Amino acid sequence: MNQFENTQTVLEVDDLSIAYETRKGDVKAVRDVSFLVREGETVGLVGESGCGKSTIAYGLVNFLGPNGKITGGNVHFQGENLVGRSEDELKKLRGDRIAMVFQDPMQALNPSVRVGEQLTEVLTFHQDVAQKEAWKRSVQMLKRVHMPDPEDVMNRYTHQISGGQQQRVVIAMAMLNNPALLIMDEPTTALDVTVEAAVLDLLEELKRDFQTANIFITHNLGVVARVSDYLCVMYAGELVERGAIREIFHQPRHPYTMGLLASVPRLGESKRDSVLHPIQGRVPSPARRPEDECIFAPRCDYATEKCRAARPSLQEITEGHFSRCIFAGEIEARQKKGKDRRKIPALESTAQEYSQSDETILSLDNLKVYYPQESGSIVSMFGLGEKKYVKAVDDISVRLSKGRTLGVVGESGCGKSTLVKGLIGLEKVTEGDLEFLGVDVTEEVSARDTKLIREMQMVFQNPDSTLNPSYPVGKQIARPIRKFKTVPRNQVKEEVLRILRAVRLGPAYYDRLPRQLSGGEKQRVGIARALASRPDLIICDEPVSALDVSVQAAVINMLLEIQRVYGSSMIFIAHDLSVVRYFSDDIAVMYLGQIMEIGPAEAIYDPPYHPYTEALLSAVPIPDPEAEQKEIRLGGDVPSALNPPSGCRFHTRCPRRHDMLPDGGKICEEQSPPWQQGEKGHRILCHIPIETLSTVDPVVHRKS
Amino acid sequence: MPPEISEQAIENETTSEAGRTVKTGGGKSRKILDAFAVLFSSKIAMIGLAIVLFWVFVAVFAPVLTRYTALEQDWKAPNQGPSKAHILGTDELGRDLWARLIYGARVVLVILPVSQHGWIPGGTALWGVFVALVIGATLGLLGGYYGGWLDEILMRLLDAMMAIPIILLFLIIMAALGASAINVVIAITIVGVPGIARLVRSLTLDIRTREYVRAAETRGESAWYIMFVEILPNARGPIIVDAMLRVGYAIFAMGTLGFLGLGMPPPSPDWGSMVAKGREFILEGSPWAAMWPCVAIASLVVGLNLLADGLREESMRYQ
Repeated sequence: MNQFENTQTVLEVDDLSIAYETRKGDVKAVRDVSFLVREGETVGLVGESGCGKSTIAYGLVNFLGPNGKITGGNVHFQGENLVGRSEDELKKLRGDRIAMVFQDPMQALNPSVRVGEQLTEVLTFHQDVAQKEAWKRSVQMLKRVHMPDPEDVMNRYTHQISGGQQQRVVIAMAMLNNPALLIMDEPTTALDVTVEAAVLDLLEELKRDFQTANIFITHNLGVVARVSDYLCVMYAGELVERGAIREIFHQPRHPYTMGLLASVPRLGESKRDSVLHPIQGRVPSPARRPEDECIFAPRCDYATEKCRAARPSLQEITEGHFSRCIFAGEIEARQKKGKDRRKIPALESTAQEYSQSDETILSLDNLKVYYPQESGSIVSMFGLGEKKYVKAVDDISVRLSKGRTLGVVGESGCGKSTLVKGLIGLEKVTEGDLEFLGVDVTEEVSARDTKLIREMQMVFQNPDSTLNPSYPVGKQIARPIRKFKTVPRNQVKEEVLRILRAVRLGPAYYDRLPRQLSGGEKQRVGIARALASRPDLIICDEPVSALDVSVQAAVINMLLEIQRVYGSSMIFIAHDLSVVRYFSDDIAVMYLGQIMEIGPAEAIYDPPYHPYTEALLSAVPIPDPEAEQKEIRLGGDVPSALNPPSGCRFHTRCPRRHDMLPDGGKICEEQSPPWQQGEKGHRILCHIPIETLSTVDPVVHRKS
Repeated sequence: MPPEISEQAIENETTSEAGRTVKTGGGKSRKILDAFAVLFSSKIAMIGLAIVLFWVFVAVFAPVLTRYTALEQDWKAPNQGPSKAHILGTDELGRDLWARLIYGARVVLVILPVSQHGWIPGGTALWGVFVALVIGATLGLLGGYYGGWLDEILMRLLDAMMAIPIILLFLIIMAALGASAINVVIAITIVGVPGIARLVRSLTLDIRTREYVRAAETRGESAWYIMFVEILPNARGPIIVDAMLRVGYAIFAMGTLGFLGLGMPPPSPDWGSMVAKGREFILEGSPWAAMWPCVAIASLVVGLNLLADGLREESMRYQ
């Protein structure tokens, strides 16, 4: 933190308060936030949804929309106060000395204007640069952000470049005028893990070269640990803790920060040896935030009467480390007594605790799900042209035993969603065998027997659309009970209440409508609905990705309890590798429709690795600034599933084949790789022999 | 038996999670109250509602509100202006205009004569739009949910129907079927189906992508269940607004038909034909017979539009 002590302050935010005007009066979104950003420093702004971090970002440049206004405080940018400036003056600053990078590059870039024009506009508008000169500088900047083929990209439209490349263009646009301050609002949230890692590398490089002051907003603790020097933690519109990044992670001084860190699984932890502690309760909505007490008190484990008597002020605990808690100084002592992440080893064996057996309930053999590609040409309408297929799932073979959880990891385009649809019968299986409970289920849902359907149910990703908004919760859980007749008619309501209890929701929820529930509650109702038919297999399609971090822990614990109590087998799909590792017994890594590596969870996270798995693990942001992580990055883009590469699908991007195989890895282009067998059922699809793969270092080291 | 989790543990967890007291569902009465709450918060909708309710009221209580009938003729007092005896005046045959207006409203809004002696509640406009809703929504759901060939064929058929100008369509149907209340209902239905089907189809295309629909498919629910139980209730906002507008269009269309002589046969108090008859006497200095029915048609249509607009604004804001 002290490396910045003598550098210039670029931005100083002083007691900033922002409110939105609504029909019912002013709603305070942000209250008394103060922090500063120096040249070359990255300040991370972290918090969950509704905490006001984006509001602050927009408020700094007065981008608040027609009903937002700054109600108090000052924002000093390079010495000048920005609050109260006219729109014209601010326009000159935006894009020139203050630049913003938004979350979704598709929305930040104009789809009907070529990339080159959008870049040059930044220069010609702000700096009166001639078009030719602007063009040259834009190409240079694209080279700086490592864009392949920069001259060609200048002439393309937004939709003709990939997501990662689009974000690079947005960053290039932001850096063109060499701004003093760069504000980034969740710039990598919409990107795949490996692409995100490359973009974060780029940001580090630019920070060194340009010495821009940065504000980096995110909800992902791992990402913020990687990029920030200084961290501000927001909760419900208030700044509850701020300090140097290492200090906060090493010694958090506010119960909320401690709660956040305790609820996130660290890479390598599993359900057998550690526990996640969710933060109970939910974030108060802006209209219901108490003014004269500690805003976190209702959810705090350490709260006392004093906490509710008055609003705590920001105290400095150690140099540069502030916390808004009256017990901040003593928290360290309390912490040792409190949330212990380690679990007391169970006395019974693990197999009993998670009633697992060797009986296979689901088996896939050479499963293929292809989509015919819709071509609009007349030739294809008559069935004459060559048929093209999107090979979404291409030859997958897996066995799932009773009571075990299979985690499926992969990035976008790997085929995991199609795999799920094929399993559950929403998509036609093109080839191969699929057996569930001993019965062939290659047909679609409508052709399957009801008894089979009820044994395979699904939990969906988006809590906001997983429940029908027109019906109360009780009715929606009752529907599968009625349909599958799991209990006689007169006991249905009782059964619904019992299931609600199983997901820890009281009987009051029976009559509530989905819009009265929070995200975590809705997801639990979704789980309850899947449980209602008492299925043998539950497929969870990214069940926690759309939830806040503190709520994720509660839902994961819920799913674990269901595993233990009901003995259900599960398939758990996610892109967050830490969560998958925590939750699953076995893990399959998918790439472009095939499984690259599959085995017990411990085996995946240690060598030997498939080169793709190694790259994925290197890319996952870890919420621990002390951990050393390898930096293996993949070049190029994910190939199209219409035309997958010959031989090994991964060969176009594989970082290992040139070094580890004779002949520079030529065999990877020609032949499909064999399965390399490891221990306990671990297998890797690669030409590189497993002995060679075992010699690499593990991806993550802890500096203890 | 899986272990039971104590009630108290759940109470603690959920009340702290709830944070604020939420009134429990309360069932149907709650839902109706909620719907009215939306109405009351829009001034525009309230004005529209007032106008529409006025006409419904006078139509329902017609016999009480006037001592004349719509058919009583008084040859001694034709084309009179407003007076104490006749509040709005009389037409060319001496019939009281106020009585003819409110009895005219009856057929449109309140009572549908089914045959020589029978009738059912709800007027021609309301029935026409209702049947159009039922048929149109079904077609829209089928096209939107199934897609593919079924969707293409249905939509092209409906497109063909929409290509014919509305008044011409009405003319053809009335000419083919003859003039009676039931036939007016049929005409309104046929004209209304394509528009409603299109609207429902586009709503279905959107709602079909929601996860709760996929959850229902995962359970193996039948297509009919998914369409009518899962999808349709979530489309009701825009459909209700559209239906209200269509009632307005229907009334307007009937006015036009009546004016062209194709409405209900005389001596029925059809507003359109009242305007047509009254038109001849405007230049003679007795505009009343033509004017009042015009005001009636205009006010009812405007009222319905305002109500629909107000509702749409409120439901948009809610979303």
